[in-house]
Amino acid sequence: MANGSNYNLDFEKPLKELEKRIEEIRVFAEEKKIDMSEEIARIEDKSRKLKKEIYEKLTPWQKVQIARHPKRPTLLEYSELIFNGFIELHGDRLYRDDPALVGGLAYLDDIPVTILGQQKGKDTKENIYRNFGMPHPEGYRKAIRLMKQAEKFGRPVITFVDVAGAFPGKEAEERGQGEAVAKAIMEMGALTVPIIVVVTGEGGSGGALAIGTGDRVLMLEHAYYSVISPEGCASILWKNATEASKAAEVLRLTANDLLELEVIDEVIPEPLGGAHTDPVSTAATIKESLCHNLRELLHRDSQELLLMRYNKFRKMGRYIEE
Amino acid sequence: MRISDNFKVLNYKEAVFDLDDERGDDWLLKDLFRSKQKYVTIKQREEVDSSAQPEQQGKKELPDGLWKKCEQCNQIIYHKDLEKNLKVCPKCQYHFRIGAWERIKILVDPGSFKELFANITSCDPLNFPEYQEKISKSKKITELKEGVVTGTAKIGGVPLVLGVMDFNFIGGSMGSALGEKLVRLFEYALTHELPVVTVSAAGGARMQEGILSLMQMATTCQAVNRLAEKSILFISILTDPTTGGVFASFASQGDIIIAEPGALIGFAGARVIQQTTRQTLPPGFQRSEFLLEHGIIDLIVNRKELRNTLARLLRFHQRRKLEIS
Repeated sequence: MANGSNYNLDFEKPLKELEKRIEEIRVFAEEKKIDMSEEIARIEDKSRKLKKEIYEKLTPWQKVQIARHPKRPTLLEYSELIFNGFIELHGDRLYRDDPALVGGLAYLDDIPVTILGQQKGKDTKENIYRNFGMPHPEGYRKAIRLMKQAEKFGRPVITFVDVAGAFPGKEAEERGQGEAVAKAIMEMGALTVPIIVVVTGEGGSGGALAIGTGDRVLMLEHAYYSVISPEGCASILWKNATEASKAAEVLRLTANDLLELEVIDEVIPEPLGGAHTDPVSTAATIKESLCHNLRELLHRDSQELLLMRYNKFRKMGRYIEE
Repeated sequence: MRISDNFKVLNYKEAVFDLDDERGDDWLLKDLFRSKQKYVTIKQREEVDSSAQPEQQGKKELPDGLWKKCEQCNQIIYHKDLEKNLKVCPKCQYHFRIGAWERIKILVDPGSFKELFANITSCDPLNFPEYQEKISKSKKITELKEGVVTGTAKIGGVPLVLGVMDFNFIGGSMGSALGEKLVRLFEYALTHELPVVTVSAAGGARMQEGILSLMQMATTCQAVNRLAEKSILFISILTDPTTGGVFASFASQGDIIIAEPGALIGFAGARVIQQTTRQTLPPGFQRSEFLLEHGIIDLIVNRKELRNTLARLLRFHQRRKLEIS
């Protein structure tokens, strides 16, 4: 997996060229000691407009690429930017601590909450340590433990979803990955405290849903959430993983698609250029959304919450009754 | 497993006899023939899919419907014998895949099954390529409206609700309609305080309904969860294959989980695991015996014994006042 510096978004190529030209002119102006600020401003303006144009017309596949950007902010960054006093808690008490799923205690403004989510690495070394953010069963079991703990102490739970998919590995199967995912979904269905889910990057299938059953499901503008990866879908449909961009279209996996399908409640806008270009403002927008959603949920008693949560997912299917 | 005298009605020989009993109810008779046809088409369809059709037609040594080759030990089995043996190879115990109605006939007390929610069927909410065709084709092949048959029945005289999946219906995959039928079944069980038995045979969530299929994992899990409110027993039977999003939802959350021998059960596919991690997978990986060894399922039960086992388990959970004299 590429690290931040050499991960290129193809569709940003014209932008990169403009930026390069601006830089060249700057160097040239410096060398020759001439004022070219007007020219620079002109190109910068052009670049801004182009960027806006590109980002307004992003295809689903382009969004997937943004969602996978190695510099996209992760939970550990958000834990500092959105919350105060984060204390990470470790382990599932059964097997080991899974670094691919982190969680702990934090304050959202003054409200104590439990936060948890998948954690990708920032470079190859960290990614290997964190298994590219793909939890093993013990990761989901840690999530369950922390959620039950939150319930015991009446803390709301906020989960951050960013996972390519469940981890395809021998050990994960041996230790009952399917059971762990299902159990997490079940436990979330019965948790008597409010749950807010934020899909921040990749919402990869069962691995995402495992921590995705909340009273509110929010999604960043360029995140995606899908039953299968576009590559996987393409190789099934057209026997060719390179058709992924076509698959991304038919799967309806963007935040707006999901809002339309009534699977999520809210799309959280990202700064122009994506969350990675400005984690601080992204975090601020997420925080705003978390606060107003949590405020609403805190008014409800637990029985009401449970019923609402049940009905929320209950009505998501589309079928015919003849 | 021993059958006590009280359970004569559950003797598997009777189950076998049912299959050949032409004096049975109308639906029994109809399904007898239907099931035979279905059984013959399974392997053929797979070969068509792998575009080996001409070859298949060229080497038709065995007249259709009379003989069947065991997929595991290559034993040639007389069709009638295989039927009598509940589609289990008499030589190596290989469990052939069977359709939903065949399964129901094997499991329930004769004539006790009453179908529920039969009118729920799939639509194409995402306008997904080739999905409509897939649905129509599956409907034709299986004569089912959806990949699960749901209803009430009795096993060993104990009333219950039963949901049986059919792998021939788009790989038994769980889309909105299938999920809805299961959830309604669970809700019915909750309302009527009946135990639940599901029989899974599924490749996973149905890709063609995208995220809506994924959400069926959530709805089914939550519906199972609610069964606890009234201490309702849920027995999940896993048959070949039970994988992906079906295994990672309701199917792995039974109070008791039973698998048929040799069934492929798991979350991630073996090929994907090998491609991703380059790990060598042990023989028998993700088979029932592997899952039992790793503590993921309770029991492996031969198809012949399944009905008896269910009856015994159901009886264990029948409500009564506990007294020791």
